[in-house]
Amino acid sequence: MIRLLLWLLGGVLMGGIVHLTTVLLLPGMASQDAYSRLAPLAKVNMVSPIPGPTPENAAMPFMDPAFAMAVCRYDLSEGPLKFSVPVSQAYTSVSFYTRSEVAYYAINDRAAGRRVIELDLMTTEQRNELPDNEEITAADRLIVESPSTTGLIVIKALAPEPSMLGMAANALAAARCQLQ
Amino acid sequence: MRLVLGSLFALIVAAAIGLGTTWLVLTEGTAYGGVTVGAWTAWPKNGTPGIDPYARAMVARSGELPIGSGDGVAFFARADDSGRALDGRCDVVVAGITPQARFWTITLYDPEGRLVANSVQRHGFTSQEIVRNSDGSFEITVSPRARPDNWLPTGGVERYVLALRLYDTPIGVATRTGRDAPMPAVTGRACQ
Repeated sequence: MIRLLLWLLGGVLMGGIVHLTTVLLLPGMASQDAYSRLAPLAKVNMVSPIPGPTPENAAMPFMDPAFAMAVCRYDLSEGPLKFSVPVSQAYTSVSFYTRSEVAYYAINDRAAGRRVIELDLMTTEQRNELPDNEEITAADRLIVESPSTTGLIVIKALAPEPSMLGMAANALAAARCQLQ
Repeated sequence: MRLVLGSLFALIVAAAIGLGTTWLVLTEGTAYGGVTVGAWTAWPKNGTPGIDPYARAMVARSGELPIGSGDGVAFFARADDSGRALDGRCDVVVAGITPQARFWTITLYDPEGRLVANSVQRHGFTSQEIVRNSDGSFEITVSPRARPDNWLPTGGVERYVLALRLYDTPIGVATRTGRDAPMPAVTGRACQ
């Protein structure tokens, strides 16, 4: 009886390890995560519009239907990326996600304080390689460091009324993301 | 023989407990670090690099993108203020004010995060569309049947989720209580 209880205790302890391991490994193994869902719709290092959600069809669950959305699926292995988007009339935001959907940076039009949100996206190594004399130019350009080589830039423009969705989408159509 | 049987037993227990708890945690959605105000709960930390491993696993499994903290914060309600699950065959009134934000939107989803089909193709409101009282407060009737003013149709589904998203808002990781974030009341009314 004691022996059985000891085996049971051992099983419970190992179960805890199994639980922690599966929780930690799951994000890397998921095949229906947001990145995998957007990959067929978004070309690499290009801005692609993402169709708005309808009851029948949506790129991802829990999308806000009041927004027009576009995505730049980036790959920084060839070098840093230049990104720009003109702000729309109501509200524009740019959010950065790693390959495993960690939101590491987000900025909106008011925080950017300009008519155009402009920034450079690079990995930490690429930033360290920037020549020193470029620090002056770096001061007036926003530099965002990506923790991963690949990831997503999600650009959203609000349509305060449904009739303004077209205008919001037009503002996003002028967004650019390209290798430097 | 005893050793083999014993370790086999332990391994089965380990697999059952390990996988069972993982499945339970991910399907029941018991994430840490939520801010609950009345019927509404938000996980502002999920929009930062500080997101915890359980939330990461849930995000990967559901396929959604958490809203970035520099963008806004999303509050979700699955039950009314008295704890009764939101039922699309009943009337529910969402009334009051929202925390400070440049814009907000309210959207109705089914529990899997899809929009719900309805005759008027309305799935939510933005802060600009909503009809307000003279003091700035508003009242939305979530109901399967047409209602005057702010009517959010349920399409008659059994269960639904309301999402209230605040954009460009001081509400975030530092928010702890309802005094910082006055959320609208969610009151259950008559059922059909």
